[in-house]
Amino acid sequence: MTARATDRQRKLAFTFVAWAVATLIFFPILWTVLTSFKTEADAVAIPPKFLFFDWTTDNYAEVWERTDYLRHFRNSVIISLGSSLIGLCIAIPAAWALAFSPTRRTRGVLMWMLSTKMLPAVGVLVPIYLLFKRAGLLDTRTGLVIVLMLSNLPIMVWMLFTYFKEIPRDILEAARMDGATPGRELLHILTPMALPGIASTLLLNVILAWNESFWTLNLTAASTGPLTAFIASFSAPEGLFYAKLSAASTLAIAPIVILGWLSQKQLVRGLTFGAVK
Amino acid sequence: MTSIALKNVSKRYGAHEVIPGLDLEIEAGELVVFVGPSGCGKSTLLRLIAGLEDVSSGQLLIDGRDATRLPPAQRGLSMVFQSYALYPHMSVRDNIAFPLKMARRSKSVIERKVNDAARVLNLQEYLDRKPRELSGGQRQRVAIGRAIVREPVAFLFDEPLSNLDAALRVNMRMEIAGLHQQLGATMIYVTHDQVEAMTLADRIVVLNAGRVEQVGTPLELYRSPATLFVAGFIGSPRMNLLGGFEARQYGAATIGIRPEHVALSSSEGRWRGKVSLAEHLGSDTFVYVDVDGLGTITVRTTGDVDVRPGDSLWVTPEETCLHRFDEHGRAIRQGPPQRH
Repeated sequence: MTARATDRQRKLAFTFVAWAVATLIFFPILWTVLTSFKTEADAVAIPPKFLFFDWTTDNYAEVWERTDYLRHFRNSVIISLGSSLIGLCIAIPAAWALAFSPTRRTRGVLMWMLSTKMLPAVGVLVPIYLLFKRAGLLDTRTGLVIVLMLSNLPIMVWMLFTYFKEIPRDILEAARMDGATPGRELLHILTPMALPGIASTLLLNVILAWNESFWTLNLTAASTGPLTAFIASFSAPEGLFYAKLSAASTLAIAPIVILGWLSQKQLVRGLTFGAVK
Repeated sequence: MTSIALKNVSKRYGAHEVIPGLDLEIEAGELVVFVGPSGCGKSTLLRLIAGLEDVSSGQLLIDGRDATRLPPAQRGLSMVFQSYALYPHMSVRDNIAFPLKMARRSKSVIERKVNDAARVLNLQEYLDRKPRELSGGQRQRVAIGRAIVREPVAFLFDEPLSNLDAALRVNMRMEIAGLHQQLGATMIYVTHDQVEAMTLADRIVVLNAGRVEQVGTPLELYRSPATLFVAGFIGSPRMNLLGGFEARQYGAATIGIRPEHVALSSSEGRWRGKVSLAEHLGSDTFVYVDVDGLGTITVRTTGDVDVRPGDSLWVTPEETCLHRFDEHGRAIRQGPPQRH
């Protein structure tokens, strides 16, 4: 009886903590969305107004009118999907080799790949900028696809490596006995079996690339900037127009939040894979 | 039908030698069982033959042709894995058809062969199911189906029954024996279960630490084990092995006597002891008798004998059935076993 009672108390406490943390994380997003529906005066009012203000969609109308949202949206889609898909084409064979033909240096190679993510991006900004300038890649979508693909490649290889590791060796050996060449083994056995993992990897990298702002802001100007550049264009010259900035931010994050919401299950599985068995 | 020969084949992982040079001839149409305790190298040996591991030195001949460096698919062998190793995303039909697709056979040939295999293995009803919708025995049948459609020159089985429950194992064992008779193909079968080995094999290869201890028919191995290891490994319950004074009386370092060659008596005999356990199986009774200075002697007797733990009994070995081994564990064959 008492055991059951303490169990319930524990459950309540956990639920409370979980809600508190979730609220804390979600609050800035909620606040941005709310602010986007305020007038500029309400947006900076003190004390802040939570729900009781004059709701308006003027900000959206103005943002829509003044900028080309759809162009930025299209850029974001091309850059995030493009970099993730090209990345997959390189990461799948790489992870396959690392997972199924391990050598003494496999661990080291994996760590080395990860270590490139520990380098602050700004450290290579100048060389990359100069390289891009010389190659004529500045302010092009191709340039962004390349740089985002390369910067996310280590994560893709790592994720796929952990998925491939879970595939029983026996099955690949059976395929070899059955006469499958490495290419057909990859095509007919490994890829279909790892499809959930590949989907999670793709999804996560689309989100990462969508939200990436360092390279997108530094390597693009007006024409090829994705949605991150679109938000930034509202903050720089008109820093005080919080409501419009919020409306722009909401427009920019909405597609990816919806995508994330719809694919929650896949994403959580992808991120906890290997950790929970 | 195909013969397979291993000539001084060895396998090393770095400095660790798993199989020191080994010679073996497997005749065409034979069912040979590799048996031994876990870690004895039996699975490694099978994988060397399959081509899933590279031979460190020596030669592998399939039908007299050198296959040492051939990739697995070109050796013409089929393998059935312990874990079944079915392709989980494919239906039973596609699983069985996979080797034929890899060999780029025509659609009509594939369909005919898959249906033939399904009929032989009673899988017709399950062709459109996924492996996860099948029981263990059915999965194993699919794995066998995948192995037979290619019409391989020989079959390799790697502990195929060890994931099945006891009743199913007996059934599948009989099915594999039937398949061998039906196809007449060369088969190599790896197991750690000596009952499986005894019931299936034309010849058994007993392996210990990567070395061949003895090769022979099941009854040869049972009746005249060449080494102490084989004597202890083949036969259930285990052969009684005695050292010390009793063995020296027969001019041996160790003597062995099978449980069925020991007589029980309540009034007279060679050694006196106390029953520690009696297992009544109905057809047989296994009696474990603790004899002072000798240890536990296992006796196999008829099913109707009335023995209880704590009973005091005499046990007597049948002298003509004694096995004698020298200090290196090798059988002493010369002369009948006589007490000096």
